[in-house]
Amino acid sequence: MEVTGKVLAVYPEKCTGCRLCELVCSVFHDGVSNAMRSRIKIVKWESEGVYIPMVCQQCQDAPCMIVCPVKAISRDDALNRVMVNHDICIGCRSCVAVCPFGAMGFNVIDRKNFKCDLCDGDPQCVRFCEVKAVDYVDAERVSLEKKRAAAGKITAAQRQAIALELETR
Amino acid sequence: MALNRKIAYIDLSTGKIEIKPIPIEIRKKFLGGRGLDAYLLYNHTKKGIDPLGPENVLLVSGGLLTATLASATARTHVMAKSPLGGMIGSANMGGFFAPELAWAGFHHLVIKGKAEKPVYLWIHNGKIEVRDARNLWGRTVTETQWAIREELGDEEIKSMVIGPAGENLVRFANVMTGIKNSGGRTGMGAVMGSKNLKAIAARGTMDIKIAHPKEALEYNKRFIDQITSAKVNQTQGTLGTPFIWGATNSWGGIRCRNFQYNQQLYCDEIEPEAIDEVCTQTVGPYHMASCFGCQVHCRAKYRIPSGPYKGVYDEGPEYTSQGAFCGEPDCRSIETLLVGNHLVNQFGLDNLETGSLIAWAMELYELGILTDKETDGLDLRFGNDEALLEMVKRIAFRKGWLGDTLAEGGLIASERIGKNSFDYLIQVKGVSNLHSDERATPALALNVATASRGSDHLRSRPAIDLYHLPEPVLRKIYSTPVPYDGPLSSEHTEYVGKPWQVFWQENCYMAVDCLGICKYHTVFLGATLPNFEDWPKVIYYNTGLEFTPRELWDIAERCNMLERLFNLREGLKREDPYRGDMLNHRYFDEPTRRGAPDVVGRVIDREKFKKMIDEFYGYKGLDENGVPKPETLKRLGLENEPSHLL
Repeated sequence: MEVTGKVLAVYPEKCTGCRLCELVCSVFHDGVSNAMRSRIKIVKWESEGVYIPMVCQQCQDAPCMIVCPVKAISRDDALNRVMVNHDICIGCRSCVAVCPFGAMGFNVIDRKNFKCDLCDGDPQCVRFCEVKAVDYVDAERVSLEKKRAAAGKITAAQRQAIALELETR
Repeated sequence: MALNRKIAYIDLSTGKIEIKPIPIEIRKKFLGGRGLDAYLLYNHTKKGIDPLGPENVLLVSGGLLTATLASATARTHVMAKSPLGGMIGSANMGGFFAPELAWAGFHHLVIKGKAEKPVYLWIHNGKIEVRDARNLWGRTVTETQWAIREELGDEEIKSMVIGPAGENLVRFANVMTGIKNSGGRTGMGAVMGSKNLKAIAARGTMDIKIAHPKEALEYNKRFIDQITSAKVNQTQGTLGTPFIWGATNSWGGIRCRNFQYNQQLYCDEIEPEAIDEVCTQTVGPYHMASCFGCQVHCRAKYRIPSGPYKGVYDEGPEYTSQGAFCGEPDCRSIETLLVGNHLVNQFGLDNLETGSLIAWAMELYELGILTDKETDGLDLRFGNDEALLEMVKRIAFRKGWLGDTLAEGGLIASERIGKNSFDYLIQVKGVSNLHSDERATPALALNVATASRGSDHLRSRPAIDLYHLPEPVLRKIYSTPVPYDGPLSSEHTEYVGKPWQVFWQENCYMAVDCLGICKYHTVFLGATLPNFEDWPKVIYYNTGLEFTPRELWDIAERCNMLERLFNLREGLKREDPYRGDMLNHRYFDEPTRRGAPDVVGRVIDREKFKKMIDEFYGYKGLDENGVPKPETLKRLGLENEPSHLL
């Protein structure tokens, strides 16, 4: 299996809500500090202390790509990402409306849409996130880690079951 | 660009709003944040004004680097004449308000007058609107914030608000943002309340151009490595500030039973690890939260695990809450700590002042100076958890004779209570000391005695003095950017060299407060963290402005002197027990009774303390009365103040 399939993996429970990712994203792409321009966004439920990083999932059958009337959006398989060609884009914002994750933004200052481009393979949000609430990993590793975590729970349950059985004997 | 953020003058009496740029010459003299606030306060107020009258001026600001890539530029600074001690009122809080204010186009707000009815300010992309807040009046800190978001239909709005304590003009009411970020000490919430100003709501999507984005990113990355590699920050990021409690209480630096003891015993339940356990159980293994752009993530999230408040979400509790609700009143229940912390957060009360004053009242009650008549039957003995929490509520709502009296702060309360109650009040310049006991640590004693906003640890405390660092390490830190070849001692019980350390820290903290950076990102708790040598680069990459480390030092010294000038104008006298650079007599007369072998039995030596003050005044360029010499004012470019340039 080819290992170039890196993806941005999000671990919401680790996020401390600092929003440095939003800051570095806007500085890296636009040279300005402005959270509104960030491709990644920390969505918060402050009264519960819940912070969820939201970012483009780089879908295979991307709704933005399908809906685009001028085919300005395409997949870049080398980096496993969805890209917008602004020379073709007419700024109709259909992609913004259709994205199920709200990951396609529209910048009111430059009047252009914008989305995560994985910083051409070195995502700055990952680079600056000390707690690794966002990480850039091989796709197969994401599911491996989840498998291990789930397996861990099963093992614990099994151990409990065995202990219980021994006790009742 | 950070430099094009504006200053707004808002007159709540007339509704007039004026917006101006901040001239570059002003930036070069005062940077921004607390320093520029000090300039504005000195220039926009007259001597002897009523702090709760319309003539007081409330200043709200971000620092020069707020919302840029300078790491942890989350701090909002608030200033006014203090209703607590009548000296400079100053509060600094984390969270997300200042960056939002900067994205909305503003760095400084100058709020004057008094609104006829409760109002709030709505600041959005360069525009400021005064809005009706009658339906917000009476609401708690978080209720107010969520109601504003609902009213304006934007979940991203960040607000700085007051709770019931501010509305009730409790003289140590906080301004608050988020769940628990507090602009505490000196009653800035009461000043807001006196102006009928319930909240300031901000939302902005305006670009802040970064002068050298690539360099700023790379330098920020280097900064992060420096900040996260410091052991102290790793501990902060795991246990939060309560970790300081564990260490400080073990050697005997925590006030207990007001000022009777310097250590709390049998308090395992409120040790940092125990608090961490509650957070893990009620929130999960990842329960630390951050302010804007910060990697220290020192704020714990928790739910109250038991009792009538079971399940309620809050954040903290900080080291200061442990002092306020455990050490000083000698209560030992974690539930009391977590509930007390929740109450002050929701009411918008300063936890330090609240805890200190209640502990003081408890001592007076046990001495018979206060009786059941004054407490309305409340059994205000040390260690009575229920009475403690009841008093917190009474203070916030000014309920009962004692609730109303303590809400006035220690100076007025001691007059009302009479007898010799003042002798037991642990305060400087009308501001209660935090819960730390400085009898064994002359450097820290000098710090609380001379801090500009009254007894306080965040204005000049050389906290690393407790680490017994080798002399060459101390010299490396304390002899830049200005040379110092006097003595330095690794011994925390010593007097020599300490005045210079306090002077150095005073300038260091002023510099970060002007830049809008958190103190956990400088030489406060960690000796290896960024200081004067690093900031010029951060400022240059982010704003394009060029400074040398020495120039930043000079600016800090200038701004500190402005705070001094304000205090002198309001009547600061060196040895005045009410408004001087003076400690309560107990520091000199009552030896410590607990703690490590080198701590127990200590007092501050009166003569040596005097000498420390003399030396400290010397470094600051003050005469023996604490008044700046003419040549000092000239050197700092302050000979024509107030100069009314902005």
